[in-house]
Parts: sequence; C-alpha cells; structure tokens
Amino acid sequence: MAEVLVLAEHADGEVKKVTGELITLARRFGEPAVVWTGPDAERGQARCAEFGAAKIYVDADPGFDRHVVAPTAALLAQLVRAGSPALVLIAGTAEGKEIAARLAVKVDSGLITDAVDLTADAEGNPVAEQSIFGGSTVVHSRVKRGTPIVAVRPHSVTPEPAPGAAELSPVSLAGEADGATITGRVVAERGERPDLTEASIVVSGGRGTGSPEGFGIIEQLADALGAAVGASRAVTDAGWYPHQFQVGQTGKTVSPQLYMAIGISGAIQHRAGMQTSKTIVAVNKDPEAPIFELADFGVVGDLFKVVPQLLDEIARRKQL
Amino acid sequence: MNIVVCVKQVPDTAADRKLRASDSTLDRASVDGLINELDEYAIEEGLRIAEAQREAGAEAEVTVLSMGPDKAAESIRKALSMGADKAVHLLDDGLAGSDALSTSYALAQVLGQTGFDLVICGSESTDARMGVLPAMLAERLGVPQVSLASKVDIDGQMIRIRRVSDEGYHEVEASLPAVVSVVEKINEPRYPSFKGIMAAKKKPVQTLTLADAGIDPAAVGLAGAGTEVVDFTRRPPRQAGVIVKDEGDGGVKAADFLAAQKFI
Repeated sequence: MAEVLVLAEHADGEVKKVTGELITLARRFGEPAVVWTGPDAERGQARCAEFGAAKIYVDADPGFDRHVVAPTAALLAQLVRAGSPALVLIAGTAEGKEIAARLAVKVDSGLITDAVDLTADAEGNPVAEQSIFGGSTVVHSRVKRGTPIVAVRPHSVTPEPAPGAAELSPVSLAGEADGATITGRVVAERGERPDLTEASIVVSGGRGTGSPEGFGIIEQLADALGAAVGASRAVTDAGWYPHQFQVGQTGKTVSPQLYMAIGISGAIQHRAGMQTSKTIVAVNKDPEAPIFELADFGVVGDLFKVVPQLLDEIARRKQL
Repeated sequence: MNIVVCVKQVPDTAADRKLRASDSTLDRASVDGLINELDEYAIEEGLRIAEAQREAGAEAEVTVLSMGPDKAAESIRKALSMGADKAVHLLDDGLAGSDALSTSYALAQVLGQTGFDLVICGSESTDARMGVLPAMLAERLGVPQVSLASKVDIDGQMIRIRRVSDEGYHEVEASLPAVVSVVEKINEPRYPSFKGIMAAKKKPVQTLTLADAGIDPAAVGLAGAGTEVVDFTRRPPRQAGVIVKDEGDGGVKAADFLAAQKFI
C-alpha cells in the first residue's frame, strides 16, 4: 500500500489536534507516514500511533525552528522524490499553506488548499471538497499533475483512533538550510485559553462591545465555556483587542464546533472567517444584522443584558 | 532600490461571486473588479520604503506588476495614482485559468526581466484565498521568503520583519533581495490624491505578452494548471435558525440551546 505523508504540527513534543485529523484522513488513501521536523518525536509517538500512523519520519535537527518554512518544504520534497507517496497532507494554517506552496513548486505538483474533506474517486484518487466565496459555493477538485498536495482546514474531520506502529524512521535533510532566519519569538498574552484556530469553541466579540472594557465580557464568556476568544475587525482596528485574534477575511479562518458571535453584525469580511463553523449562535441588538442569517440560534437583544444572564446560567448549571 | 509590488484585481467581495459553468473558473467579467485589499497594504509599504530610501539619499523606484485581463488596467491605474512610479501588465488570453503554480511561474519570469531588490505582495487574495503565491515566488526566485509581515524594517542589505504567528509574532531577518508578504496590520494605505490621479495618467505602463516575457504557453492557463475542478454547486442558503427576542430571558434561552447541543 502506498504511503500518505502527513506533516506533523507540534510544539514542545505536544502533537496538535489537526495532526490526528490528518492521519485519520490519510488512512482513506494509504498507509499514514508522519513527517516530524525537529526534536521530541519520541514524545509525540504515542499520539501518532493512536490515530494509525504506521511510521514517523524524523529529522531531529533543531534548525527547522530557526528558519521560515523553507527547510520543512525541502525535507518533504526529498521524501516525495524518494518514496512517491499517494498524497501529502499538511495542516491548512497560514504557515502550513506556505510549506505546501513551496513543496508544490519543488516537485511540480498540483496543490489544493483549504480542503474541508477528502474522498476517493473511482480510481481511488483523492477528491477535495472546498467551501468558497464565503461559503456560498461548494467545489470538488482534484490534482491532475504530480503528487497530490492538500492543505486541510483544521477541524474539518473528527480524529478517529486506529492501531498504528508509529515506528520512528530517522531521515536527514540533504544540503544546508537557507533563506529567512527566525531570530526571536514573541508570545502574546492569552492566558490559559486554547489556540484560536485549534479551539472547538470560539466566542467572538464585535463593535457592540463598545470599548476595551466592554470586551471583557467576551473573555468571561469564553472562559466559562473553555473557549478561545475572537474579535471582529472593527474591534481589532479600534485597538480594543490584539490583532492576532481577528477572525475574518483578513484575519484568521476558524471552523469550530461552536461559534458565538456577540455584538457582531456579520459583514462579509467577518463571515468569510467563520462561515464553516458547525453551530453558530449570535447575540445582537439589531434584528436585521446579517449574522442572524447564519445563526442556528440567535438572541435579538442587548449583549450586556443577555451575556451576564447566560454566564449566570452556565455557572448555575455547572453546579447541578 | 528596485521595489516591485504584485497587485491582483479581484471581484468585489460584496458582489455575488460565481464559477462559470463552461470551465469552472471564476466569472470575473460580470462583477466589478477592484484591487485585492491586502495588495493596497503592499503598495503602501512599497511606497513608504521607497520614500525612506530617497530621504536617506538612495535611489528608489516602485513598479506595480499585475497579471490579468484588460480590466486589471483599472487596478494598475489606482496603484499608480497612490504613488507607484510605473507598471508592468502581463496580459495574454493564454493566461486565463492559470492556477497559483502557473501564476507564480509567469510572475517569476517577468521579475527575471524587471529585476528586483524587494518583491512585496499581499498575503492572500480575497477571491481564491490560498495564501500561497508569495511562498511560491520566493521558491521560484531562489530568494528568502519574509512573509506574513506586520512590520518591515530595511537596514542596508538586511530586511527584518515581524511575522505574525498563532501565538504572537516571530522576528525574522534575511538579506536582500527577498520576497515580502504583508498582513493588514502593517500600515494604513493612503487614498490617491487628485494630483496623484492626474499624474498616474502619464506614468508608463508596459504591457507584456507570454512571448515578451518568455513564458511557455503550455505551462500556464487552464491546460497548464496542476488541479482541476470536478464539480461545483451553489450551497442552498443555510437553514434558518431560531431567532428569539430578548424579553428578559434571552440568556436563559441561549443557555437552553447550548445545553441541548451539549456545549454546557
């Protein structure tokens, strides 16, 4: 059976959830082989095995963390040339898409990004589903040249356990890493909250919160639900909340199980970043707000009345 | 310093965008086109870097590079009216249907002719939203990729940026020439002044065909694409949800919904 390469996303030996999703998808097309860049593969091994990875190609060189995407793309290209995999799967994050981009050029293969599902056609080749134009159109496409490279949006599939050996197989990148160098990493304050793009619940606040102080209620609701905090562009442009939390066309694209839009009208700019969320709840005082067209459940009302009551209810029900 | 800013004309995101039944490509003709929003930030950053270079006594020139149909000339003109010095328009029917791979190949061929110290792109377009072109260009041109920049500093032959990350940002440096992509936090794009609009009419726009740029016609267009659309469907409007008016119990009702869906 042909191999399917899955690029692992990991930090400090912790395998990110999306990697389990990709391994689950990979099983549909062949034997999943994870590609691990940098140290700590031993710590991620059990997690990869849990979802059915047969093998983990490990290049433990710590240098991967010091360069912008180029060496990772080079290692993948080396593995594609050596093993002719059936498919390469990469997390559809901003950085994952850049790695996929360089890989596609290196091995002259078609690239599909932002896939939300993958199925096999009559010949067993992958067909990707994408949701485009702010979710108004569903497209199925396939790669017609080279090794299919697909960047899959996080949260698109449910990781399903399956037995796998996850045997470690050392590899090393031929040649010198070059290009841009990472000289520092600055972590913004986000406390104990989950990553915006990884979280299964996202609570986002918009212009309706009125001020940086008013936005605090969004953080409270997020914490009550164990959710990540998001913000509309109006909020980040006004400086009420840091820019890296912006959800939308020019910010992050999220697709959680539950998306709560609080005081957000739902302009196309915002919808493009959250439209594929599984369940959408909106609170807005304007009954005409376009966000209600998307909402599975909506409350027309003052968020400063509705949200505190919701917080009380969540606290009360937790005690039951 | 030779600064080239890549600009794409995209359909207005507020319009109803559709794929064409005939070849599954984006129907660009039936909707208004405008500059891809993030490219305006790229133009602004190019202009600011050029201004800083000139103030320091160095020569600097900003060239706009756009690939697209006749209509793309409107977006090129806007970029010139913001203050870019000249433009190159890669215009050839053979380019229609090109994917990101072939677009990056075509642009790299043109950049080989224009030369560059710095190529600046928006980090993604609002139509395809792939976010892959800057990385592909860096790969093809064999120069450092300094992408997803929320801040750019040029210091002699070095470029240093803040690269936005999921947790905050990374500090990244590279030597020129390089390919930069920018995110919208980087600056506030200027509006074209009346003087700028008038001046833009006299600025040179060079139009290149595939042959002019040395582009292999087989490697671009629909036939040269690495992917193909199998089928597409317009999604039916999302089923209307339950919308309630807050009568003093909106929070309780929201909690009931979340509980029924097992979120609390």
